[in-house]
Amino acid sequence: MSDNVITARGLRKLYGKVAAVDGIDLDVHRGEIFGLLGPNGAGKTTTILMLLGLTEVSGGSIDVGGFDPMREPLEVKRRIGYLPDSVGFYDNLTARENLRYTARLAGFARADIERRVATALERVGLGAVIDKRVGTFSRGMRQRLGLAEVQMKGAEVAILDEPTSGLDPEATFELLEMIRAMKADGTAVLISSHLLDRVQAVCDRVALFNEGHIVLEGTVSELAHRVLGGGYIYDLEAEGGAIEKIISTVSGAREVTAQGGPRFRILAERDLRADLAKAVVSAGARLLRLTALEPSLDTVYRHYFEGRHGTA
Amino acid sequence: MARRSGSAFTGAGTVFLKEFADHLGGARMLVLEWLVLLTGIGAVYTAIQNLKQTTGQDPFLFLRLFTQAQDPLPSFVSVLAFLIPLMAIGLGFDSVNGEFNRRTLSRLLAQPIYRDALLLGKFLAGLATIAVSLITLWLVVIGLGLITLGVPPNGEEVARGAAFLVVAIFYGGVWLAVAMMCSVFFRSAATSALVALGLWLLVSVLWPLIVQFIATAIYPPGAAQILFGQPSLHQIELQQALSRISPSTLFAESLLGILHPTTRALGPIFMSQLEGAVMGTPLSLSQSLLLVWPQVIGLVAGTIILFVIAYVAFQRQEVRA
Repeated sequence: MSDNVITARGLRKLYGKVAAVDGIDLDVHRGEIFGLLGPNGAGKTTTILMLLGLTEVSGGSIDVGGFDPMREPLEVKRRIGYLPDSVGFYDNLTARENLRYTARLAGFARADIERRVATALERVGLGAVIDKRVGTFSRGMRQRLGLAEVQMKGAEVAILDEPTSGLDPEATFELLEMIRAMKADGTAVLISSHLLDRVQAVCDRVALFNEGHIVLEGTVSELAHRVLGGGYIYDLEAEGGAIEKIISTVSGAREVTAQGGPRFRILAERDLRADLAKAVVSAGARLLRLTALEPSLDTVYRHYFEGRHGTA
Repeated sequence: MARRSGSAFTGAGTVFLKEFADHLGGARMLVLEWLVLLTGIGAVYTAIQNLKQTTGQDPFLFLRLFTQAQDPLPSFVSVLAFLIPLMAIGLGFDSVNGEFNRRTLSRLLAQPIYRDALLLGKFLAGLATIAVSLITLWLVVIGLGLITLGVPPNGEEVARGAAFLVVAIFYGGVWLAVAMMCSVFFRSAATSALVALGLWLLVSVLWPLIVQFIATAIYPPGAAQILFGQPSLHQIELQQALSRISPSTLFAESLLGILHPTTRALGPIFMSQLEGAVMGTPLSLSQSLLLVWPQVIGLVAGTIILFVIAYVAFQRQEVRA
C-alpha cells in the first residue's frame, strides 16, 4: 500500500436518498496519471470533493498520504493541488497577485512565495503576462493559470477536474503536455473528464464511472482487451466486390461494421493485418487502405454498455 | 468524530489583508465613502451654523455638533444611523456568494485553511473598512468644529465622542453580519442585497410601528389610560422590550445616553425615583456608560449571533455548483 497516494474503500455519498457515489474503491499510485472518466453526473466531481474533504463522506474510508480528509483536512489539502471544474480567478488582480494570494493561504514562507509564483507561471508559459489582469485572459490561459497554481503548491497529488473542457484542440494538446511534465516531476495526477478520447493518451490507468459506480478500471489496453475481447481494431477501405462478406470469412475477425462507402471497421482477436490484406486482394478487390487503430476508450465504453444492455 | 486538527484561524490574516485592500481600492467603497462624507459634513455644517449663536450656553458644546438638527437636514447621528447600515450592507452583501459566482470559492477552500478563516477574515476586513471611514469622518467633524467654533473640546467631550465612535462601529458590525449572512444564504448577489436592505427597512422603519401595534393588542388601554390619554406601564414596557430587538433602537438609545449627558434613564421613570435629583445636571461619563452598557452589549451580542448563524450555514454548504 505504501506506493498509493490516494486510497479509497467503499466510498459512498448520499444526497437525500440518492446515491451520487455508491461504494467505489480507488487506488492512485505515486507518480502516475490516473483518469477518472465517465459521462456528466456519474459522480466524478463528488468523488474528488470527498477526496479533498470539501464535502462530507456518507460512508467508506479515504486515505491521502496517510491522512483522512474528514479528520485532518488541512494536512490533506497541503498534499493535494486542485484545479476545479471551470476555475475562476479575481479578474481585477493580475496573474501574479492571484497566485500570491493562494500561496499565502497555502502558508508558504514569505521569502519563498515570489520565487514559487514566478517559476510556476513561467512553466505554464504565462511568464509574459505575469503582471496582466486576469480579466483579459482567454479560457485557455485561465486553465493554464490554474495549472500553475497546482504546480506552485508542489503537491504530491494534483487533482484536475475537467481540465480540457471548453478548450480548443491546440490548447488541449498544450495542457496535456503540461500534465505529462508534471508526471515527469513525480507528481501523481488525477484527471477527471467526460471526453474519454482526449485524455486517454496521457493516462496510465483509468477508471470508468457510471451512475456512481466504477464499472471498469485498468490501463486502456487492458480495458480494451477485457471489453472488446481481442482489442485489435482495423479500419479498412476497399472496393470492387462484396467486401463485407470477404472480410467476414477471415478467421479471427469478430465483428465487421460498414461505415458507409468503401469503409469498414473490423474488430479482431489477434493481429489480422496480413490475413485481411490477403483475403481482400485474392478476392479480386482493390485494397485502398488498412490501418490499425489504437483501441479507443469511447469504443470500449460504448461496447461495454451495449453489451450490458443487450444481456439485461 | 475526532476533533479537527490545526488552527481555525490559519489564513484569516491573509484573507483579511486581501479583502481589506479590495475594499479600500474598490469603486463601491469610493461611492459609499463620498456619500457618507458629504452627507455627514453637510449635517455638521448646518449644526455649526446653528451653534454659533448659542456658544457659551452649553457645557457640552462639542457634543452638540453631533446631535444638533437643523431643518431640512437631520442631525449628524441620524445621518449615520441611516448610512452606516447602507455602507455595511454594501460591503457585505456579496462577500460569500461573490466568491461562489466567480468560481473562486472551491479554489480557495482547496488551500489548507478552514472555512472559518475565510468568513472571519472577510468579516474583519469589512469591519475594519467601516472603522477606517468612520474614524476619518469623526476626525473631519472634530476638525471642522475646532476651526469654526474656535472652542477646544474638553476631555470628557473627547471621551464621549470616542465612545460614540466605538458604538457606531459595533452598529456597523451588526449590519455587516446581516449582509454576510444573506450572502451565505442566497446564491444571487442581487437577492442577497435586496433581502438585507429589506431587513434593514423592516427593523428601522416598520418595526417601531409593528411594536406599538403588538403592545396595544396585548395590553389594551383601560378606562384610566383613555381618561389620562397615557398608555399603561405594561404596554410601555412591552413596547420598549420589543423595540430593542431592532439594532437601530439600541444604537439610538446608546447615543442618547452617550451624547446627551443629562440623560438619566432610557425607560419609563417614576416621580418617586426623581426625588432629590437635580434636573438638568449632567451625569458623569462612567454613569452614562453604565446606562447604555446593556444596549452596547446587545449590539455586540447581536453581531456575534448573526455571525454564528452565517458560519453554521456556510459550514454546511456544498462547494460545488
